[in-house]
Amino acid sequence: MDLLKLFNALPGAAAQGLIWGLMAIGVYITYRILDVADLTVDGSMATGGAVAAVLIMSGCNVWLAILAAFLIGMVAGLVTGLFHTFMGIPAILSGILTQLGLYSINLRIMGGKANVAVNPNKYPLLVSLRNVRSLALSNPIFVLILFTAALILILYWFFGTELGCSLRATGANQRMARAQGINTSRNVLLGLMLSNGLVALSGALLAQYQGFADVNSGRGAIVIGLAAVIIGEVFFGKVFINFALKLTAVSIGAIIYYLVIQVVLWLGLNANDLKLLTALVVSVFLAVPFWRGKYFAKRAGKGEDHA
Amino acid sequence: MLKISHIAKTFNPGTITEKKALLDVDLHLNEGDFVTVIGGNGAGKSTMLNAVAGVFPVDRGTIEIGGVNVTNLPEFKRAAYLGRVFQDPMTGTAATMNIEENMALALRRGRPRGLRWGITNLERQMYREQLHTLGLGLEDRMASKVGLLSGGQRQALTLLMATLRTPKLLLLDEHTAALDPKTAAKVLEITQKIVDEQHLTAMMVTHNMKDAIAIGNRLIMMNEGRIVVDVSGEQKKKLTRADLMGLFEKAAGKELDGDRLLLS
Repeated sequence: MDLLKLFNALPGAAAQGLIWGLMAIGVYITYRILDVADLTVDGSMATGGAVAAVLIMSGCNVWLAILAAFLIGMVAGLVTGLFHTFMGIPAILSGILTQLGLYSINLRIMGGKANVAVNPNKYPLLVSLRNVRSLALSNPIFVLILFTAALILILYWFFGTELGCSLRATGANQRMARAQGINTSRNVLLGLMLSNGLVALSGALLAQYQGFADVNSGRGAIVIGLAAVIIGEVFFGKVFINFALKLTAVSIGAIIYYLVIQVVLWLGLNANDLKLLTALVVSVFLAVPFWRGKYFAKRAGKGEDHA
Repeated sequence: MLKISHIAKTFNPGTITEKKALLDVDLHLNEGDFVTVIGGNGAGKSTMLNAVAGVFPVDRGTIEIGGVNVTNLPEFKRAAYLGRVFQDPMTGTAATMNIEENMALALRRGRPRGLRWGITNLERQMYREQLHTLGLGLEDRMASKVGLLSGGQRQALTLLMATLRTPKLLLLDEHTAALDPKTAAKVLEITQKIVDEQHLTAMMVTHNMKDAIAIGNRLIMMNEGRIVVDVSGEQKKKLTRADLMGLFEKAAGKELDGDRLLLS
């Protein structure tokens, strides 16, 4: 096995991890803060890429294209939110419906093609994998770290405001939130919009980084997002108490995920089996709290029998 | 302060689980009234409180709080007028947020929530003083997650939160039922103190007949979705357990059941 080959692949893995880390922060907002499992992200990730790629190719400023992707992602979140709050459809199903619908929409955005190339030689992209091993300011790792830090600061501020606090309360205890005069339905909408906006933004960066937007690029995104959230919590949960640090942990979780994937591939795993491996690993991690609860619950039950 | 006019509520109408929870409830509370509500299981006590709070819409009738018709207002909008404490200590607070954050949420009840900072240092000082009055030492744990508090501490905190912004009406839904007797007595004492100090109008559902008689200036008893006994003023002051049971039998035409009621 060629160690040099592994080392060559690591910067790319770190950059991918940083991009997916932004997506995972979106997942964190719904899954951890809002306590909603939102599957819209599999669709909105690709939507972000499609919107950004098409806009950039039509001569739009890169930053405007990223902003547009963010806004369109918010609309996707709004749709899921309305399915859930206004139409009473369970959150998971709402997300699946939007995700399915987005597949057609994404194809439409890309002019009916499943794959659109954005050549980094022709367009001034913000991040590109061509520069991933260069020692310049255009290195995507450097750009993405700045980007992530800025976003974490903005989110830290937002979730500290009155509105942000009311969003956290909505996720923590809806009955309490309503008793304190908080419009929980509106906040669920807001959380889903913010989350999917971030996911689409991540998709916009991924399309630039890879040099193409793909209608299938979001497949399994939710699982990767969850993996990042869980890895972050496993490694830093005890140390990172502050909210900004928790978000940082999610981003680092995504980087670790991609580094591990790189190592596993280097060790000879067939790339086609990656999704299976990811699904299995994440399911085990998700099961841990359940098993722990069950184990303790049994012990408590036995204690009562003796009493 | 509260005017409930002929409200009715049936859950799951037309199904096998249909439950006529409120038949025709009429109640008028004056400002400063502290009314205790008792009755057997399924009498409609909590349903009445939840109807006032707007947890569900009523089928018929109107509800006015402080002269405002709130019948069609959603729960979160009615919250502007109401302070609420629930039976389950888990319900009234956000466990994953800390004490001061919970209080900051309560301070903004009925106010628009914008992009100002969610908690200020000035508030913190006020929270510390308020928590000190509970005498539970919570003022030194303001950054602790509420999930770490005991049931009694959480109920005391919820009470403080419910009255941080003086409510037009304080709704207490069996808020001591899940606590051990000693803690229940302490929480009840705090309740009494807060209601007295702020001259609140309050409605307290309880299963404890002794508490219902001892506390407040008015007592109502419910049975099968109606108010069947309503005692206030001098009569309430002199009320005994035997009187109450007699009144109930006369009004409901049957003996008072509800083991939980008699045992406590």
